[in-house]
Amino acid sequence: MTAATAHDSTALYDIPGPRTHRRHLIYGVVSTLLILGIVGWLVYLLFDTDQFTATKWTPFEYKGIQELLLRGLGNTLKAFAISAVLSLALGTILAVGRLSDHRPVRWIATLLVEFFRAMPVLVMIFFVFVALKVQPLPALVTGLTLYNGSVLAEVFRSGINAVERGQHEAAYALGMRKTQVMTHVLVPQAVRAMLPAIISQLVVALKDTSLGYLITYEEFLHAGKLIASNLDYDLPFIPVVLVISPIYIGMCMLLSWFATYVARRQKRNPKTEAVDVAPAEPGTLLPGGAPPAGPNS
Amino acid sequence: MNVLTDNFSTYGEGFLGTVELTVYASLLALALGFLMASFRVAPVGSFRAIGTAWVTVLRNTPLTLLFFAVLLGLPRFGLVLPFKVFAVLALGCYTSAFICEALRSGINTVPKGQGEAARSLGMNFGQTLSNVVLPQAFRSVIPPVGSNLIALAKNSAIAGAFSVTELLGTYKTLNELGYSIIWTFVWIALGYLIITLAISAIFNILEKRWGVAR
Repeated sequence: MTAATAHDSTALYDIPGPRTHRRHLIYGVVSTLLILGIVGWLVYLLFDTDQFTATKWTPFEYKGIQELLLRGLGNTLKAFAISAVLSLALGTILAVGRLSDHRPVRWIATLLVEFFRAMPVLVMIFFVFVALKVQPLPALVTGLTLYNGSVLAEVFRSGINAVERGQHEAAYALGMRKTQVMTHVLVPQAVRAMLPAIISQLVVALKDTSLGYLITYEEFLHAGKLIASNLDYDLPFIPVVLVISPIYIGMCMLLSWFATYVARRQKRNPKTEAVDVAPAEPGTLLPGGAPPAGPNS
Repeated sequence: MNVLTDNFSTYGEGFLGTVELTVYASLLALALGFLMASFRVAPVGSFRAIGTAWVTVLRNTPLTLLFFAVLLGLPRFGLVLPFKVFAVLALGCYTSAFICEALRSGINTVPKGQGEAARSLGMNFGQTLSNVVLPQAFRSVIPPVGSNLIALAKNSAIAGAFSVTELLGTYKTLNELGYSIIWTFVWIALGYLIITLAISAIFNILEKRWGVAR
């Protein structure tokens, strides 16, 4: 879409003629200048409010502070790794529950999945942290696991259901039992197709580890806050944001790009052609309707 | 159980705070999302670049970081507004990136032939947009926009942790008053359920009335 628009007509625009082309060129130049102007103004504001003074940037030269930041980053990644593994496990269990042949099991799994998806993650994290009085890391991991596990359960379930019907019919016809059909036929095909959706959900988990800041878990933002509130360096808040956000956003972008890369590779793979899995479903149980697909927080 | 009846006004205040935050941030997100979506499908390259950059950056920004930067950072530039306005800004901008993607994919579902047919009938750009493309895009866009607004309502809990009056924030007051923490959270959870279910009910009605028959 993005590349094609310039040379091709879309539902909205016809192929531009020479005059329109010139007009578009003018728009492009003007808007680029405008953006550059805004960026320049922002930079000017930064200078004007003395954000680039030496005192505000010296803290980043100290080994202790670099270590503090690295430790924060390490804690962020640790929380992410633990909750990613645990939510994959929980997601598998819940998905198995939702696909079960026994009605009570199905009901319980559905209830759990829908409840945890409808609750704000932060409410769960605070509940575990305040009511159960645990350490910040377990509280954060529990909250993230419950939420992402439930969303992943839905991804797994829709992935399994998206495998062509003939596949499991054929497997049953060969005399396989349900477990065999699952492990030998459905899961291998579904996992390949689901991989992009799973990775994009992991991006959500990575982003949400920053919620640990709110329950005083010593993660990346927390380290930044410690530096930013240091009077010796003239409260270097903006420098801290300028250092932290590219790293944080960069990590999430890398993971997102990995998801798109995998998705693009999958598209060419004949093994996954039979299956097409929607991205992780956000939102909550819609009364009387199928939950919609789309990106999430 | 008496946590709710004793503190009805505290809960009510928090609940209304969340609703207020959700409504204002939704309006901002829808407006910005629409603007950015129109940038992303524009025939001018630099508009598309702006839209793409907006979406890519905001979608990969942790919301807590955004709150952190907006609530504590903007005052350093001499921009001092009430925390509530900052919270609406952060939530609205963040969600606008997701709304933009939903709208864009909605516009992309409209087949090219529809626009070509409209143009060959002599319709100008405004007519094509308002009579042909947008009505069709609107139908397929209802469910994803709805789920994004639900996500927004859930994300508004983060504002509470940054001392904006909001439902989750009520736990602090009640905790200090010595009420049972478990029950406090049960009522908070119920409040969020009411809000999210209300949004999904609204979008269900919209979907029933205008959605694509599948």
